[in-house]
Amino acid sequence: MTDLSIARDSRPDVPRPTPPIRPEYERGVAATGAIGDVARPLSPWEKLANVTALRRALLLAVVAAVWQAAALWQDNPLMFPTVSATAAALWDAVLRDNLLSMAWVSLSILLKGYAIAVVLAIGLTTLAVSTRIGDDLLSTLTSMFNPLPAIALLPLAMLWFGLGAVSLTFVLVHAVLWPLALNTHAGFTAVSETLRMAGRNYGLRGPRYVLAVLIPAAFPAILTGLKVGWAFAWRTLIAAELVFGVSSGKGGLGWFIFQNRNELYTDKVFAGLASVILIGLLVENVVFRWIEAHTVRAWGMVR
Amino acid sequence: MNALSRAAIDPSAIAYPVDNALPDAALHRPLLDVSGVTLQYKTRDHLVTACYRVDFQLFQAERFVLLGPSGCGKSSLLKAVGGFLAPVEGAIRLNGQAVTQPGPDRMMVFQEFDQLPPWKTVKQNVMFPLLASGKAKRREAEEKALAAIAKVNLSTFADAYPHTLSGGMKQRVAIARAMAMEPDILLMDEPFAALDALTRRKMQEELLQLWDDVRFTMLFVTHSIEEALVVGSRILVLSPHPGQVKAEVNCHGFDLSSTGSPAFQSAARRIHTMLFADEVEADGVGARS
Repeated sequence: MTDLSIARDSRPDVPRPTPPIRPEYERGVAATGAIGDVARPLSPWEKLANVTALRRALLLAVVAAVWQAAALWQDNPLMFPTVSATAAALWDAVLRDNLLSMAWVSLSILLKGYAIAVVLAIGLTTLAVSTRIGDDLLSTLTSMFNPLPAIALLPLAMLWFGLGAVSLTFVLVHAVLWPLALNTHAGFTAVSETLRMAGRNYGLRGPRYVLAVLIPAAFPAILTGLKVGWAFAWRTLIAAELVFGVSSGKGGLGWFIFQNRNELYTDKVFAGLASVILIGLLVENVVFRWIEAHTVRAWGMVR
Repeated sequence: MNALSRAAIDPSAIAYPVDNALPDAALHRPLLDVSGVTLQYKTRDHLVTACYRVDFQLFQAERFVLLGPSGCGKSSLLKAVGGFLAPVEGAIRLNGQAVTQPGPDRMMVFQEFDQLPPWKTVKQNVMFPLLASGKAKRREAEEKALAAIAKVNLSTFADAYPHTLSGGMKQRVAIARAMAMEPDILLMDEPFAALDALTRRKMQEELLQLWDDVRFTMLFVTHSIEEALVVGSRILVLSPHPGQVKAEVNCHGFDLSSTGSPAFQSAARRIHTMLFADEVEADGVGARS
């Protein structure tokens, strides 16, 4: 101790500063009226810039403009039609080629497969969180089947279930189940111990515990799984229809694209692709966004 | 509250007001009986004994505090009473029934703010256990929830989500949720430890007022001697690692207004010596050798 203080006071002629002792005071607080508005309303321009849909629509318009310019510059409608030609072909296909009913064929198969996969994923992860052997089962199955492309299963599925919707549904279930189960399980294991104990404290057990505590608590991860699963399903379905769609009786969107390519209606191929993209955008930005806004965002679990 | 502050000088000399007296049978039979309980944790390569042969009894309307340094197994004891941890030795009985699993007759208030499900509003949070345990139908649960929320002064926030509340408000919701269930015992695991000092003081005051109002039975875990003396009516002092019973001390005469009094100071010093006497002795031995 003494050594240290000597070392610090190597220059004894320089006085060490002492803080001044200043007078105390008390003061009244001004009323808010004198300060003015504590909260100021945003200007119309700031409000407009806050509308996410508007910003994104603007971005889409820019992309479309670039496309149009590039297509006009290329000037080769057989290879690369313009935006306006694609839009006209899309309108035409809706009116005359039953594009909407084709899209509905695709969507209905998709929704069926998706729903089955969601139920299976929930069941599998419930088993995985309640028993150790269930946990082993889930991790083994996901590591086996998650890397396996769904399309690779289609020939086998057609052998088993014939040429039809059943084969497609089987492949879709495979495409959605594993990523969803993986995400849901990760979400379940990340639920805080306090929340688990609180739930058990209420006397909740088994399926009710999973339904009332684990699923809402893991919902951000489950929602990510649902989104990933949706994208996988949509991709798998279109690809399957492109390759094997001929045989599934009524054709879907993939079949529409394939058929028009064969007949060199490039604008209609673009129209088919555009409708795949439009449905994807709609589901992502309307359905999933709505779910997100009313669940995890409202609960303050994600920003 | 007033009964408490009047009697702040001599804690051992006062009794509770006669109109709150319970029938003899209820007074003589303990509500909670913990006898010879040893708790152990399994870690990857150790078997850790959290507490060793702990005995204590809890009677109706007591505010019983488990006090000890960290690692004395007081939180483990609370979890064992909650049914989350099975004792390897001894027994825990609630109303004569052995405790085997968690249940809504022992509501727990945790230290962490994330104990409230974020997907439910304040009102839904308080209703959740009532509905989950089947203790009340929806309409009745709503009435009980609103009454409990009013008791902790949060009526204006009944429809707010937990993430919009401050830490102190979240703990008040947790207390309201537990109170609405009218459990046999309220288990509190350092509920105010994560709060700032000013909020903590306010919450202690409110808890005492609430107790004066409802007269619930409470098992409270803390590592603060001052909090134990203020909040509790009786303190179980545990020794460190593994926790063993050192003493039971009465402190029903103290409240927040008596923290400066000589009696309070001497009680605090007495408990402080109890907790740290071993350590000083051990240090002394170490220095000599």
